[in-house]
Amino acid sequence: MGSQGGIGQSKEFLDLVKSIGEARSKAEEDRIVIGEIETLKRRLVEPGIPKRKMKEYIIRLVYIEMLGHDASFGYIHAVKMTHDDNLFLKRTGYLAVTLFLNEDHDLIILIVNTIQKDLKSDNFLIVCAALNAVCKLINEETIPAVLPQVVELLGHQKEAVRKKAIMALHRFHQKSPSSVSHLVSNFRKRLCDNDPGVMGATLCPLLDLINRDVSSFKDLVVSFVSILKQVAEHRLPKAYDYHQLPAPFIQIRLLKILALLGSGDKQASEQMYTVVGDIFRKCDSSSNIGNAVIYQCICCVSSIHPNPKLLESAADQIARFLKSDSHNLKYLGIDALGRLIKLSPEIAEQHQLAVIDCLEDPDDTLKRKTFELLHKMTKSSNVEVIVDRMIDYMISINDNHYKTEIVSRCVELAEQFAPSNQWFIQTMNRVFEHAGDLVNIKVAHNLMRLIAEGFGEDDDTAYTHLRSSAVDSYLRIIGAPKLPSVFLQVICWVLGEYGTADGKYSASYITGKLCDVAEAYSNDETVKAYAVTALIKIYAFEIAAGRKVDILPECQSLIEELSASHSTDLQQRAYELQAVISLDAQAVENIMPSDASSKEIEIDKSLPFLNDHVERAIEKGAQPYIPECERSGFSNASYLNSQDLHDVPPPHGLRFEAYELPKQPSVPLTTPPISIGSSNELIAVPEPAYDRGNQAAVSVPSSSNSGPAEVKLRLDGVQKRWGRPTYSSSSPSPSAAPSQDTVNGLTVSNGATSVTPAISKGRETTYEPTRKSQVVEISPEKQKLAASLFGGSSKQERKSSLGGGHKTAAKPSGGHGAETSVKKMAVPAQQPPPPDLLDFGETTVATSGPLIDPFKQLEGLLDMVEPTSSTKNHGDVNATKVPDVMATFGDTATAVEQGGNHFSSIEDVDNLMSGLSSATTDASSGGGIATPQSTAHISKGPNLKNALQKDALVRQMGVNPSSQNPNLFKDLLG
Amino acid sequence: MIKAVMVMNTQGKPRLTKFYEFLPVEKQQGIIRTVFGVLCSRAENVSNFMEADSIFGPDSRLVYKHYATLYFVFVFDSSENELAMLDLIQVFVETLDKCFRNVCELDIVFNYSKLHTILDEIIFGGQVLETSSAEVMKVVEEISRQESASNSIGLVTKTVSGWRNR
Repeated sequence: MGSQGGIGQSKEFLDLVKSIGEARSKAEEDRIVIGEIETLKRRLVEPGIPKRKMKEYIIRLVYIEMLGHDASFGYIHAVKMTHDDNLFLKRTGYLAVTLFLNEDHDLIILIVNTIQKDLKSDNFLIVCAALNAVCKLINEETIPAVLPQVVELLGHQKEAVRKKAIMALHRFHQKSPSSVSHLVSNFRKRLCDNDPGVMGATLCPLLDLINRDVSSFKDLVVSFVSILKQVAEHRLPKAYDYHQLPAPFIQIRLLKILALLGSGDKQASEQMYTVVGDIFRKCDSSSNIGNAVIYQCICCVSSIHPNPKLLESAADQIARFLKSDSHNLKYLGIDALGRLIKLSPEIAEQHQLAVIDCLEDPDDTLKRKTFELLHKMTKSSNVEVIVDRMIDYMISINDNHYKTEIVSRCVELAEQFAPSNQWFIQTMNRVFEHAGDLVNIKVAHNLMRLIAEGFGEDDDTAYTHLRSSAVDSYLRIIGAPKLPSVFLQVICWVLGEYGTADGKYSASYITGKLCDVAEAYSNDETVKAYAVTALIKIYAFEIAAGRKVDILPECQSLIEELSASHSTDLQQRAYELQAVISLDAQAVENIMPSDASSKEIEIDKSLPFLNDHVERAIEKGAQPYIPECERSGFSNASYLNSQDLHDVPPPHGLRFEAYELPKQPSVPLTTPPISIGSSNELIAVPEPAYDRGNQAAVSVPSSSNSGPAEVKLRLDGVQKRWGRPTYSSSSPSPSAAPSQDTVNGLTVSNGATSVTPAISKGRETTYEPTRKSQVVEISPEKQKLAASLFGGSSKQERKSSLGGGHKTAAKPSGGHGAETSVKKMAVPAQQPPPPDLLDFGETTVATSGPLIDPFKQLEGLLDMVEPTSSTKNHGDVNATKVPDVMATFGDTATAVEQGGNHFSSIEDVDNLMSGLSSATTDASSGGGIATPQSTAHISKGPNLKNALQKDALVRQMGVNPSSQNPNLFKDLLG
Repeated sequence: MIKAVMVMNTQGKPRLTKFYEFLPVEKQQGIIRTVFGVLCSRAENVSNFMEADSIFGPDSRLVYKHYATLYFVFVFDSSENELAMLDLIQVFVETLDKCFRNVCELDIVFNYSKLHTILDEIIFGGQVLETSSAEVMKVVEEISRQESASNSIGLVTKTVSGWRNR
């Protein structure tokens, strides 16, 4: 019995394996393994163990570690075993250490020397074993120790060794590209190795290198093409055939390399056309591996400069994949379709049915891949169906990782292509309801913004309608158990702003609901804060409207509870609420003007209300303020600050000169309030060190037209704040500072920009132009975005309608699709998705109907049992369609702009909210609400917006066939 | 590159695991469990591919194949072709079959080190090294021959796990 089972294992080992195999529970298995560990611990330290026994122990160690137990006590024995001269033991030792140790393990140092020795061994098997260990165990620091030997092995007589040496170098390159950067020529040389296996191995590192830097390998295109040609023509020895296919893995790698080299390079691509076409024709499509090669060909074709003939064969192959019964092939077909669709959008037409089948397939992998494809195909005409499907699927799965992914896709598509506000809000409601915790908070802010501002239409009734329908839907949803926090925030905000706006619901009804929310989610402070603020708004609107406010008992108890809350934020809000309730109508009207959430709050950065104070301070002997730009070396700082607030890159890059001395925190005592502001460049501190320009008398405040008493009052508030918030909380006041419309210190932005007093004339000049240039900068970008989508969809749409017409003649299935759409045009009520109530929804139906959207057609096919209506009127439909298409374009363009708006004004939401709350703060006599986050948002905003816009643009370019940008890949590749 | 090779039986017991990027033992166990859980939930007659981003981090796919009582699982990134990976599993299994004549789970359990030898000839440092099972067999036999020659212990049976035939 003893020595069976391969390489001389003892009965003991066999018993171990058997008993573990028969273990009925994890606990039983653990018990066995722990017993085994004890045995091994004892045995390993016994003196004079025979080598064969030792080898078996090591294997047993590996085995128990694979089962998840710690075998570290035996590592050292494995290391010792690598020192053995016996090949058998040495290999076992190497095997064990490569499985046990990571490259940074302490014991590696004991092995490096052995590896060095073994790399020089005469026995190629020992060399191979050592190379194997090199791949796993050598880290950046130890690469130099073995690099010379490995390079030497590139010339070894055995091809197996050369192959592995190449691979080892590749591994070094992955770990530390700089360590082998001088060896790139070796890879090129090995490409011409006599042995095809070595050549094939060389393709691995080359693929990596080319991926990083395409341009320096363009010269190899010819060689790669000729190699591929030879391989495809069966010039390699028979041994390289696999399932009668010549070296398929080499072909695949070569095709990958060619795809990289030919991308965006017409000249290089032209050299590849013939060979790729040959492979398409010759490749055996019945075997698995043959299809793998074909798939790789399609990838290559879709990446290189397009060639109509190749695209056609690729499309044929995709059709074959999609029609196949094998899920694997379908999967590849969908993937390939996603690649090719960028180049020839019309091919999706032919495969509508197949794609829908894949979407319905029980196979999750296939489904996800199909959603990926749909994501690439989305345009404004089909967005409703696609997003609807995605959300349905999202609801049905439990995998949070993928859920997050698909949610972000839904949001992205909805924001990008939303056909109507109504739809957008309803879609977002669904998303929030089912996966609110996975959604980025910015999405919620966007939604609030949208409800506040609408999509930019002028119609006031549409606005109100939108809002009241939002309120309706939220009041319906609000009772549902366990809503996600983000969603509740949106609900509270909307109810607070618009709950009572249309007079449909009474204030007590809404406040009751809000109190319920605050109570039901009592451990979520953010939700509570939103609810309380919403209560403030409701009451404020009631007071302002001159109605008597009855505070519900539950609301009263909520206020009491929150006034004693541990959270200062909640406490603050509760006090504000109490303060607002006690004010008279006029005061309230000033703090909380109704429907002002989307009004811009003007910020007068010169803070004229401080003039009086500054003047007095100077009278007392304080140093006058010198604008930063007039002090040496401070221009940069001011630029940086202005960049914070405005979306303008600084006109010059990094500063290389040394920093100035830090501003002294302890400024002359005479000007304490000023020193606080200094961090914010609002009121810079008179700094003796830079005070070289007293002649710059600009800093003397020129006007003091604001009432001294009021200013002082507000100033006190400012004084008590911390650095950042000073700015935002005091910001609303300057606009009103010219004293005319200041009502007992409560100021509300009214859009009027006050005349800027000359407190910092110099800075003003740096700041004004930047703002202008910002305006100029955005609009072309927006236009471009709009234009790219416009162009893209127009092309796609026209093509799709043509395709539909064409098919009516050619294919029965396509004809069905067309018919369906015809019918649908006649009866728009059959449209599956519109649950809308608004007239807006109807217009969408009308516009999307004539576009013959493939998916809607199919929707129809699936839903409808009898395809009716004859094909012959199809032509007429086509004809009538033409003008309609234009209408859709308009639609699309606005959609894009709306999308842009979203991005551009995320920060505005925060802005507004902070504005509101700060106004309230003033009302409750300068209690000082803490708004640091919102300020931070403001400063972050522009960059985010930039990124989003860029992102949207890039995506556009990816989807849009007309903007095939060769530079896109260049960017990606480096 | 290939990130990991796993062989496990239908009860979820690992039979062979090899990670080409180092992972601590606990992490490996977690992954094996997760992968097994996912594989079990897959229906018959679905594709052999899966996205494995949630298990192995971004840009990970997984190909598996079910033979009798064993799952063979390869994990790799986007630089590999899924279908080709599926064939690589085929190569691996074919080689095992040649090596053990009608390979079964027990062969794999008892010839742990030999299995690693074969795998190392097919995948080297995360890259596909050799795809011809005949070539792999040649090398493996050469290794066995030299091992047994250098091994004073005595004859080593290369293939059969005789005890099965008791």
